[in-house]
Amino acid sequence: MAEFPSLTRRAALLGAAASGSLLMAGSGAEAQPQRPSELKIGITTFLSGPASVFGVPGRQAADMLIEEINREGGIGGVPLRAFYVDEAPGTDHLVGEYRRLVQSEGVHVMFASISSGSCLACTPLSDELRKTTVLWDCGTQRIFEEARHPFAFRTQGYGTPEILAPLLYLLQHRPDFRTLAVINQDYAWGRDSWELWKTAMDALKPGVRVVAELFPRFNSTDFSTEITRMLALRPDVILSTSWGGELVTLIRQASERRLFERSLFVLPVAEASLPQLGRTMPAGQIIGARGDHWINHPEPRDPQALRRFVEGYRQRTNEWPIYPCHHMAQAMWALRAAYKRAIEAKGGGWPNDQELAQAFRGLEFPTPTATITIREDGQGLEDQIVGLSSHGDRFPYAVPEKMILYPAANVSTPVGQKSTDWLRTLKPEMVQQAGRPLGAG
Amino acid sequence: MRRAEPLLALAAAAAMVVAALAAPWLKFVLTIALAKGMAALGIMLLLRAGQVSFGHALYVSFGAYTVAFLAPTLRDSLLLLPVAAAMATALGLVVGLFVSRYRQIFFGMLNLALSMVFFSLLEKLYHITHGTDGIRVALPTMLGQALERTSFEWAIFGVALALALLFGWFARAYLDAPMGQALAGIKTRETRLEFMGVPARHVLLSAYVLSALMAGCGGAIIAMTTRHVTPLLAYWTASGELVFIAILGGAGGVIGPFLGAVTYELVRVYAAAILAEAWQAILGTVLLLVILFAPGGLWGMLAALFRRRRAA
Repeated sequence: MAEFPSLTRRAALLGAAASGSLLMAGSGAEAQPQRPSELKIGITTFLSGPASVFGVPGRQAADMLIEEINREGGIGGVPLRAFYVDEAPGTDHLVGEYRRLVQSEGVHVMFASISSGSCLACTPLSDELRKTTVLWDCGTQRIFEEARHPFAFRTQGYGTPEILAPLLYLLQHRPDFRTLAVINQDYAWGRDSWELWKTAMDALKPGVRVVAELFPRFNSTDFSTEITRMLALRPDVILSTSWGGELVTLIRQASERRLFERSLFVLPVAEASLPQLGRTMPAGQIIGARGDHWINHPEPRDPQALRRFVEGYRQRTNEWPIYPCHHMAQAMWALRAAYKRAIEAKGGGWPNDQELAQAFRGLEFPTPTATITIREDGQGLEDQIVGLSSHGDRFPYAVPEKMILYPAANVSTPVGQKSTDWLRTLKPEMVQQAGRPLGAG
Repeated sequence: MRRAEPLLALAAAAAMVVAALAAPWLKFVLTIALAKGMAALGIMLLLRAGQVSFGHALYVSFGAYTVAFLAPTLRDSLLLLPVAAAMATALGLVVGLFVSRYRQIFFGMLNLALSMVFFSLLEKLYHITHGTDGIRVALPTMLGQALERTSFEWAIFGVALALALLFGWFARAYLDAPMGQALAGIKTRETRLEFMGVPARHVLLSAYVLSALMAGCGGAIIAMTTRHVTPLLAYWTASGELVFIAILGGAGGVIGPFLGAVTYELVRVYAAAILAEAWQAILGTVLLLVILFAPGGLWGMLAALFRRRRAA
């Protein structure tokens, strides 16, 4: 019987862990919640692995904004506190951590995920646990087109406008192109984005010949085969929705072999890789930013706010802010606006989960560059700005010129429709009507 | 210690139920731990024969994707589970016929290669599997009853616990039987087995198929618990995790893998909670400490503790 002491010790350990976590779960969000002592936000982001090029800047932006908001007295007088979760270990870990944060730490709101797979796993959980979940960066169109999620909201654009806007820009900038090649990462986003592009291109400019569909292995470091093939095929246009280190490698290798002299590149997710590329990035290529938050936005809604955000981030990290920083900021600002709205609606009382979610639906909140509206299906309407890469003195890396702003409503799939069905119905007239040129340059 | 195993297993099961009652989120973590423990139990059977499989995530993910694909038609979890188990077993038999000819590093690498082939298929056959986005598993029914979330979580936790006890009991009996005893023969000297008239390949094949069955069940439970499957389940790191768990728990007894799995999951959860960006370092340190100071794993530590007490 001597093994029982060791066993009870283990059981005691578990019991202690369990009761400890119960104690921690103080402020549950029940029907009539008290104003909590702190507003807890669970944030899932990549802290390791290749996608940490997005995840770590996102986290740094969150830390910066939380400090800033807390200095100003928090949200509704309540200071914020973040709990971070690494997305890299996979779905079972992520889903477990989501539950832990909601059920044990008692977070008031979740900010979910850079990876589309993570978002697809988290949104049904938000329905079940009835916890407001802000999808702060992922782009898959499947989220709100395949199901309804009463507690999930996306505070930025998504795949369809982020692909359609660069396509419209291409059709305006180089209407006479005849051949196109695609080189995308071989995983869901690479395939999804190509399907969106192809569907829209077939509707807007039928008859373009696709000379190569290349899907190199995800996390490749060598694109020499693909580059050789494209040098031989000489497509007018090369599309790549790759991101992060892979895009940097692709551009470096392609520019060494002078592929940019033969073909025009369209890079819808280029913005995040541009600071790293520096002057290596060739000029005159079509670049996108997954939104309108270019650092050289010529006519932002609030130029001072944009400058403050950029300078604050530079001072803190000694790096240039990239789009995940802006997306994180949008999520924070949306949260602040939603709480304000919910508290007003309740006459100063602290909102419960249901009331907070109600405040998100139809919410309008300002960003430094524009105003974002959250549609009734939970999707945020973020404008898209596309331009041509150019080098100037202001920034040590490529920024866009000849920018065109595409208002989100013009390039997003209407509520209740599937993106591929909607893209099929597009008419060529759209190319001239959808966007509005920005600034003098 | 061996005689006390069943008692110890029941007591540990009771402790898990208490823990799950006390903290609802632990129920989820423990269900996953039990599922991974099952798969690690299969790995442990192979470890007894001195063979390390770096590819058992193949069967876990095969079981999980079977559930994901069949959930819309079969709907009931008690139908899905045996179907996934049968599919994984069948795959294990086909693959096993081939890999059981090999030993040591060749055995390990071939398993790894095959699981990575499956991983690539899950990623590449995008229009069928949704690639890295993965497939959502709708809430299955239980014995034809549509349960709401919390009761379903309890039900699947119960199923996992019962299955873990069943597999543990079976593996114990199996290891006592001549077929199980012969596994150690493969590890020490295979030719002797052949001289005794025991075909070594059949011995290894039967253990391999059993391990595939256990991993398939584990995968099915993971799919019904997380309710979202992605190709990451088949990635080599997932296989490595199972080997890690088996080593952490120790190959000495059938409770070892479950002990390892529970410890692994709890260490990971708490490490992630304390230091979100350095959980890998904490986990790695734990494994290093176990390898350096307790080569028999956690179970070996418990057993040594017990022996010392008895001697005293």
